[in-house]
Amino acid sequence: MNTQLSRRSFIRGGLAGTVAAAVLKDKKASAAHNFEGYPDAMGVVVDLTRCVGCRSCEAACNKEQRLPEPAEPFDDFSVFDYMEHGQKRRTDEAHYTVVNRYDVPAIDHPLFRKIQCFHCNEPTCLTSCFVNAYTKTPEGAVIYNPKVCVGCRTCLVACPFYIPTFKYSSAFSPRVMKCIFCYDTRLKKGKPPACVEACPQEALTFGKRTDMLRVARQRIRETPGKYIDHIYGEHEAGGTSWMYLSPVPFGEVGLDTDLPNEPILNYVKGFLSFVPVVLTLWPALFAGFHLLATRKNRVEQSHNDANREG
Amino acid sequence: MRFERKLLPAVRAMGLGLLLLIPAGGLAMDVDDAPAAVVIDFLQNLYEPVHFDHTMHLDMATCSHCHHHTIGTGPANPLCARCHAGAGEGDIVACSDCHDAQPFTVENLKKTAEPKLFHIDKPGLMAAFHINCRGCHEEAGGPTGCQDCHKMTEAGEKRFNTGKYAPSGYKAVPKHHDAEKKHE
Ligand code: SF4
Ligand code: SF4
Repeated sequence: MNTQLSRRSFIRGGLAGTVAAAVLKDKKASAAHNFEGYPDAMGVVVDLTRCVGCRSCEAACNKEQRLPEPAEPFDDFSVFDYMEHGQKRRTDEAHYTVVNRYDVPAIDHPLFRKIQCFHCNEPTCLTSCFVNAYTKTPEGAVIYNPKVCVGCRTCLVACPFYIPTFKYSSAFSPRVMKCIFCYDTRLKKGKPPACVEACPQEALTFGKRTDMLRVARQRIRETPGKYIDHIYGEHEAGGTSWMYLSPVPFGEVGLDTDLPNEPILNYVKGFLSFVPVVLTLWPALFAGFHLLATRKNRVEQSHNDANREG
Repeated sequence: MRFERKLLPAVRAMGLGLLLLIPAGGLAMDVDDAPAAVVIDFLQNLYEPVHFDHTMHLDMATCSHCHHHTIGTGPANPLCARCHAGAGEGDIVACSDCHDAQPFTVENLKKTAEPKLFHIDKPGLMAAFHINCRGCHEEAGGPTGCQDCHKMTEAGEKRFNTGKYAPSGYKAVPKHHDAEKKHE
């Protein structure tokens, strides 16, 4: 929770206050609010009433993305009990997606929730990156170019869902590791991502994002009482390509329900694309980002310390 | 001949790898008409085929629980009944005649985009089986673990890093419960 708060206040207080103050006056910046995402972007609806926690999606992802051998087999379900610093498993450089179990009192069986990059319509990882290492493709994927990344870790701090992580195996070429919607091997060719294809329950339904919204609304409408009347990701953080349906309030399955409906760094976007200003303010920006990154470390550190003491 | 009419979809289903073992002689679409067993073997190569005991399941569910509105008994689901209440016996009986083994092809996604179509959300074949079969098993106390119905193949062990492909140094934790089950 601490970490979450600190990151949030970083984004709102830190960036908005120090860097973007001048930008808010810029008319161009407010025009960025109208971007609705690419019209043909693909999307996925994750239906938590269908997921049975089989981890087939994790296994498929591991093979498709040639990720390292896992510590335990994908049919070992003891991973659902794993806790570190009060947190369930998270995505990292060896796991672009993880499934976690949520024991929700209102329901007589546990729920399972897969998480991965949400492929935001207006990704904060992208807008926060001042070397443009990220791209939102017209197909909806948020992909990353390691060649231009300078390893500043701003995107790690900026992502509202804590998705990108760094691979540190080489100190000289840090590399962001996160789900890329199987862009290279599948999405680009009109195929669904590997996890979607592997899911026996079709808890992951794939199609054009606009159609996925229709599908999700139809499920809510046709089976009253089965779902919370909300599609998580339709508007959260400005809208995301991956969206969720749940039988219980989204906070109970570990999703942040305090996210604003605008893209997190909306106001910064017009600013960052305005190159001359960026160049002028570069030193200030960099110092700011560095400060914030280290501050986040400190917060996590003290958070961890507190955990150890407790 | 009616028998041939019935047989056609079955033959098509075989093309998709779903083998319907049609008993010889039955003409009308009633319980006696049903195949005694169905081998479901079209899915991936990660699991072995399911030998589905059709006869045994006749006692456990009504035909329309699985065949919806296609066999002339009226749909079990009131949602389907809104349009298909009076539906007679159809030509289409095999699961794979409606539920596509590849639900997310570009071609199928065009149907999802159809503005006037109600069935924009038809599960693919694998999901149709799992949602329907496993859902019922959960309610009725049938087996719900993955390998209760289909044993994992070697390709499956590779995919899941399990069995002889288990990570080196991995020590299996004794499983106290079957985590594949929603109900414990
Ligand atoms: S979820 Fe995070 S990493 Fe993924 S696109 Fe959104 S901001 Fe970027
Ligand atoms: S493959 Fe599907 S049912 Fe299995 S854990 Fe992943 S999302 Fe859930």
